[in-house]
Amino acid sequence: MSKANGSSKVLVRVENLKKHFPITRGILFRRQVGTVRAVDGINMTIHEGETLGLVGESGCGKSTTGRSILQLHRPTSGKVYYEDRDLTEMEGDELRRARRNFQMIFQDPYASLNPRMTVEQIIAEPLEVHSIGNRKERHERVKDLMGLVGLNPSLNNRYPHEFSGGQRQRIGVARALALQPKFIVCDEPISALDVSIQAQVVNLLEELQEKFGLTYLFIAHDLSMVRHIADRTAVMYLGKIVELAERQELYNNPLHPYTQALLSAVPIPDPLKERKRQRIILKGDVPSPAHPPTGCNFNPRCPLAIDICRQEDPEWREITPGHWVACHVV
Amino acid sequence: MTAQPASRKPGQPVDLIAENKVRSPFDNAWREFRRNRLAIVGAVIVILTVVAAFVAPIITPYDYYTQNTRESRAKPLTGYNISETHAEECTWYGTPLEWGCAIYLTGSDALGRDLYSRMIYGTRVSLAVAFVGSTVALAVGIVLGTISGYFGGRVDNLIMRVVDFLYAIPLLPIIILMQVYFQALGRQGVTEGIAGSLLRLNQSMGGLLFLFIAIGVLNWIGMARLARGQVLAYKHKEFIEAAESVGSSQSRIIFKHLLPNIFGPLLIAETLAIPAYIFTEAILSFIGLGVNPPIPSWGSMINDGYAGIRSNSHLVLVPGIALTMLTLAFNFMGDGLRDAFDPKMRGRA
Repeated sequence: MSKANGSSKVLVRVENLKKHFPITRGILFRRQVGTVRAVDGINMTIHEGETLGLVGESGCGKSTTGRSILQLHRPTSGKVYYEDRDLTEMEGDELRRARRNFQMIFQDPYASLNPRMTVEQIIAEPLEVHSIGNRKERHERVKDLMGLVGLNPSLNNRYPHEFSGGQRQRIGVARALALQPKFIVCDEPISALDVSIQAQVVNLLEELQEKFGLTYLFIAHDLSMVRHIADRTAVMYLGKIVELAERQELYNNPLHPYTQALLSAVPIPDPLKERKRQRIILKGDVPSPAHPPTGCNFNPRCPLAIDICRQEDPEWREITPGHWVACHVV
Repeated sequence: MTAQPASRKPGQPVDLIAENKVRSPFDNAWREFRRNRLAIVGAVIVILTVVAAFVAPIITPYDYYTQNTRESRAKPLTGYNISETHAEECTWYGTPLEWGCAIYLTGSDALGRDLYSRMIYGTRVSLAVAFVGSTVALAVGIVLGTISGYFGGRVDNLIMRVVDFLYAIPLLPIIILMQVYFQALGRQGVTEGIAGSLLRLNQSMGGLLFLFIAIGVLNWIGMARLARGQVLAYKHKEFIEAAESVGSSQSRIIFKHLLPNIFGPLLIAETLAIPAYIFTEAILSFIGLGVNPPIPSWGSMINDGYAGIRSNSHLVLVPGIALTMLTLAFNFMGDGLRDAFDPKMRGRA
């Protein structure tokens, strides 16, 4: 794993990214009755060769963020620059060609592989789509890729249902690698897997990163896993990033009250320390992204909320170099 | 399991990797289907019927139109004694017979036509309707349903509202009216315009054209709804998104990823709908709006015989039993296919 530092090149830059989904009513005449603000103004940069962890509870917009960056959902507004080219401006064939450079590994290995295609067809699809090589070269490349991700290359004619969850996820990884992309969004690639398999897949991802200098956006809800793999970590709450910092900085010195609450929930594998662990219990539930609260999104549940939190959206500030927080109190 | 390596001892598990046996979803379905006896019986009956339709002239002793008014409504397994004057009428598979013979295997109808031969030729109409009707319904239904489901929005709204509208009106009476209208035009001898050319085409197809149109119009609606539902169910699966994320075009996603996955259930639904097509044809023929006489159709044969059902029940029973057998066979086969391709549905109605 390469260490991110200020001098390394910015690969992906996200500026004020928003993705709102309309809520519609009516059969014949549709009218919009509201919006779900799944992603509501996100800024971040991802450096070449680093792993940026993105954590948050379910429904906070992590996956939507990943998909919006890759233009699988077209963002409502905001910019996504990949090597200084704005992806949100691209359309049709231009975008399809650009997709060679960034790929995705999906959450559910049972849903992300077409059950009617063989492993070889699945892994060769990106090559076929971008007309790379002839049939024979593609066949060789698929075998290489299968070996690379730790699958027996002689199983190339099998169908996905013949594999276990971990093996299927390896197939997904091989497909993502086929085009030799620089940037891969890993959308909770291990949360659907058995704990014993999770470590294998994470190690595989780390090995591949080292080998090919890959850049990851690693989406997860497992803080300890993110701590293990990520160089920097961003914490999301209700469509917004509330805190972003270097790994050690975030875990040792969390500033945002939500981050503090999240980290206090992680069990410590040491009974003596575990007994002394102070949990911060948040009251209430996450508000619906269709009706976010005024002011700071976190204010109804925040133990430190003051008047200004209920009125104004907090600014996205750099407190110490590399440590960004959106909070009035900090 | 075939061709197991000789070295395998009893009880030792088969090493699938070493044998490199590949089992596609289709293979699995076929293994499942083979185990379902009722489905196999259904499939065999359907296949036999198809074969019978093709080789009808070989396996029938007579043609379906020659009348023999002196031997009308003969009972099954009876015939008439040959007299010198009518020797040419008594043949068996084209060979003149010189002995008094039981020539009507299942009797003869009111005009003295061999019922068995007519029953066999009647498979042609039923099967033509079954296969052409389902192909038309499937093709139109898949195209419109896929467009509707995949592209969504306004197109979806438009197509589905048309479907809802058609669903709401009783189509069978309208088709009956259409048939009556075209028959009236035919009697008037209309030969010009679209109606005229349609009539000529229909005439040359023995009245099947209008049947195909009727069956197609009646049944694409359900297919379109089903196809749309299937597309919606698969559209947001991750593998479709994965295809998009590697840069696949929309047509590739539709033809390579969506259609192969939704085709199975649609084909099964279509197989289960075939009995309804056969019945629709029989109904139309029964009320005299089907194929043109003397082409035999089971529906018109039942119509011919039902007036004398008490004295000559075989006139109704023969085509009736054939109709029941074929529709049952399609039903069993469809159920078997469904169970094989979609094990989750097994045991449900």
